[in-house]
Amino acid sequence: MNSFEWSSPRDIAQAAGVATTTVAAAMVSQSGRLSTDGVVFKAGGIDLLDLMKEGLLAPRGIVNLREIPDLAVIAQADDGGVRIGANVTLAQLAADPVIRTRFLALADVAGNSASPQIRQVATIGGNLLQRPRCWYFRSRDHHCARKGGEVCFAFAGENQYHAIFDHNGCAMVHPSTSATALVALGAKLELTGAAGTKRVVGLEQFFLLPEVDIQRENDLTPGEILTAILLPPPAPTSRSIHIKQGETDSFDWPIADVAVALDTAPGGACRAAAVILGAAAPVPHRAKAAEALLVGKTIDADVARAAAHAALQGAAPLTKNAYKLPIFETLVRRAILAVVRGG
Amino acid sequence: MLDTTLPDFLASDAQAAERDAVGPGPVPLTLDVNNVSHSLFIEPKTTLAEALRDSLDLTGTKVGCDRGACSACTVWLDGKPIAACMMLAIDVGSRKITTIEGLAHGDELHPVQSAFIAHDAVQCGFCTPGLVMSCAALLESNPTLTIDDIKAATSGHLCRCGTHPHVHDAMLDASRIRKT
Ligand SMILES: Cc1cc2nc3c(=O)[nH]c(=O)nc-3n(C[C@H](O)[C@H](O)[C@H](O)COP(=O)(O)OP(=O)(O)OC[C@H]3O[C@@H](n4cnc5c(N)ncnc54)[C@H](O)[C@@H]3O)c2cc1C
Ligand code: SF4
Ligand code: FES
Ligand code: FES
Repeated sequence: MNSFEWSSPRDIAQAAGVATTTVAAAMVSQSGRLSTDGVVFKAGGIDLLDLMKEGLLAPRGIVNLREIPDLAVIAQADDGGVRIGANVTLAQLAADPVIRTRFLALADVAGNSASPQIRQVATIGGNLLQRPRCWYFRSRDHHCARKGGEVCFAFAGENQYHAIFDHNGCAMVHPSTSATALVALGAKLELTGAAGTKRVVGLEQFFLLPEVDIQRENDLTPGEILTAILLPPPAPTSRSIHIKQGETDSFDWPIADVAVALDTAPGGACRAAAVILGAAAPVPHRAKAAEALLVGKTIDADVARAAAHAALQGAAPLTKNAYKLPIFETLVRRAILAVVRGG
Repeated sequence: MLDTTLPDFLASDAQAAERDAVGPGPVPLTLDVNNVSHSLFIEPKTTLAEALRDSLDLTGTKVGCDRGACSACTVWLDGKPIAACMMLAIDVGSRKITTIEGLAHGDELHPVQSAFIAHDAVQCGFCTPGLVMSCAALLESNPTLTIDDIKAATSGHLCRCGTHPHVHDAMLDASRIRKT
């Protein structure tokens, strides 16, 4: 790990604009040589230290956001929803009674990602902004397209953990498991730039497919701080769930995960549905055909099976990951039925 | 062991890190470890695991993967288990660190340590200090344990010698003893 300058501002105004680059931009090079002039933000530091220890990132400075108290709060929002500070840890989310009762999919994913030690430190903001786990991307010896190189190594290589949808030029899957649940819950992000300028953007719109920009996963701009994740109030009749499948029963990133949120009229038809697939595409993947099939129906086992089948519409597996298709189909069916049956 | 005593001319600047940039060279900082305050002079890039092992000679904390993926380096930050390899020492601030060396009271072992011995929950021992720290934190927060609580609390720990079943037995026993 390189040596760096360190600062630890105490409020958002002091910190906004201090980072000179994003981590994504700092990792792009023509030659494969690391840039050493950027200043970047750090929250829990779990992904940042990993990248630095692997020699993939060598910032001149780190601005620590972890000592900003305003960023670590879960609060009721004016619209009846919830405002989650970007520094709220995964452990805090999993233990929060409001999150558990009103946004079960998020409590599930926060309590089941990584290990207890990591959840204690990893923040939800950093989780959404972590860089891909593609092993070519994480290897210093592979100067792939996402790092400014010429090629993607995944298509002709070891692609068993890669995408089955939307892999246009880059087949990585989005690394954030929380993102699957948060997209299903309709989350928005509040971003604060230099001089306190704020913008609010839907999480789903914030993420970028490789065909839009192959070198960054999202629309964060240099110096901009992700200040909060905003969850709209769920209808009292809606419920959500997140389930995942690991390769082994361990703390590693899942090979497939699914979040489902359904609003169902009491004893009746489904009014609104979100079916989101994680570890399936370079962004959380919305299974539109499955959603369309659910809305208006009284959901039983047959409807769930049909929706699960529809969720794979348009899938284009690579040479080594067709095994993901039946896993996703099973996860979607189980998640839908679990929401409907309330458990 | 490295010389980590603070040069006099820097001691008064110990709080400077709070606002303005410090480093990349060595920086004075204070670490509260096992209820003892230590003054160090280390680079911002030093991890907590490195500071404990290399600067303070507290080598009970082990480093396996150095990437947050094996939990060998587990210590407590304000009583909660964290991975010391993935935290910078400068990031600890005034929070309290507890390591495996701080668990026993003099010659009196922590109940989890005694239970590990009684149940032969140690093979090569490399993963053991970390496992003991996770287990002890669990017992402190929840004295009436189930096997699922124990599995959840130790889910991040890799043990290549396969001691997990003995760890489960040791913890169930420690929890029974604590209840009586
Ligand atoms: C063993 C292990 C297992 C894991 N398993 C999973 C898993 O199953 N699912 C999963 O989703 N993740 C998993 N992770 C990843 C982990 O959850 C993330 O690395 C972590 O959440 C990142 O959060 P952080 O606060 O440490 O971010 P940092 O490392 O501090 O930051 C991450 C990135 O976000 C930027 N950043 C952080 N906060 C802000 C902000 N407020 N404003 C602007 N930029 C910011 C940083 O510049 C950096 O680029 C695992 C990690 C480990 C080590
Ligand atoms: S999948 Fe994306 S991140 Fe992985 S090698 Fe290809 S371009 Fe790089
Ligand atoms: S050494 Fe820290 S988790 Fe493996
Ligand atoms: S006892 Fe050897 S690694 Fe666990």
